[in-house]
Amino acid sequence: MSMTLTARQVGDVTILDLSGKITLGEGGVTLRDEVRKLLAKGAKKIVLNLAGVNYIDSSGLGELVSSYTAVKNAGGELKLLNLTSKVRDLLVITKLLTVFDVTDDEAAAVASFA
Amino acid sequence: MTDSDTNSRTFEAQKPSSESQANHLTLDSELSNVDPVEARAEQLAHKAGFDDDTSSQIAMATREAVINAILHGNKRDPKKKVRIGFALSNAALSITIADEGLGLDPDSVPDPCAPENILRSSGRGIFLMRAIMDEVHFHQLRPGTEIELIKHRTNK
Repeated sequence: MSMTLTARQVGDVTILDLSGKITLGEGGVTLRDEVRKLLAKGAKKIVLNLAGVNYIDSSGLGELVSSYTAVKNAGGELKLLNLTSKVRDLLVITKLLTVFDVTDDEAAAVASFA
Repeated sequence: MTDSDTNSRTFEAQKPSSESQANHLTLDSELSNVDPVEARAEQLAHKAGFDDDTSSQIAMATREAVINAILHGNKRDPKKKVRIGFALSNAALSITIADEGLGLDPDSVPDPCAPENILRSSGRGIFLMRAIMDEVHFHQLRPGTEIELIKHRTNK
């Protein structure tokens, strides 16, 4: 199953609900394109809701990092919401959990932006 | 993807004992071959008795090695093949992935967890293989590299 992505707005925060796989190819490219599109529209506060992402490979991890860096370089912030245990395990192993701001509470994620 | 008995001496040398089960695949250097190999690795891991999470991890390590072989080893050259070997013994599940590229020095791959590399968008594949599997060996084939992924069944 490839990845599906839906964008919604909560105040000035854009939440991307992702489900499926973020892997080399389709899932990663979809995420990259959507984040670039949001940045082009001036979005600065982005949350990736990964509740439905049950699989990610090293390319997918790279896409998360790439999105994080792109948003940061544009003066914004990208946060992660609702990690599944598989994704969390990989972020722990790769120490990327130390890079991302991660929460399981959407309201808290939205409120945490400056 | 086709099953084949390879004439490669590498695989002959690693032919498992009669008590074990083995099979080989020879693939074109196309990314469309990655998912079927990953599925086969997961199927074999389940058959070996590993739980769902471990089987999924073994499949992912295999996926990373196959992608490396296609993209970095063979550089998607249609003339170059990727050879996969699956061997299941009483002691372990062993999966070998061989490319026909210029060779890989695993020690030259930067640590993706180092602060200066943590924000790199690539370079985590070999690290994940090592984190997931019990043993990861690199064999220089001249030409090419074979990655051997081993998961001990006693640790399942």
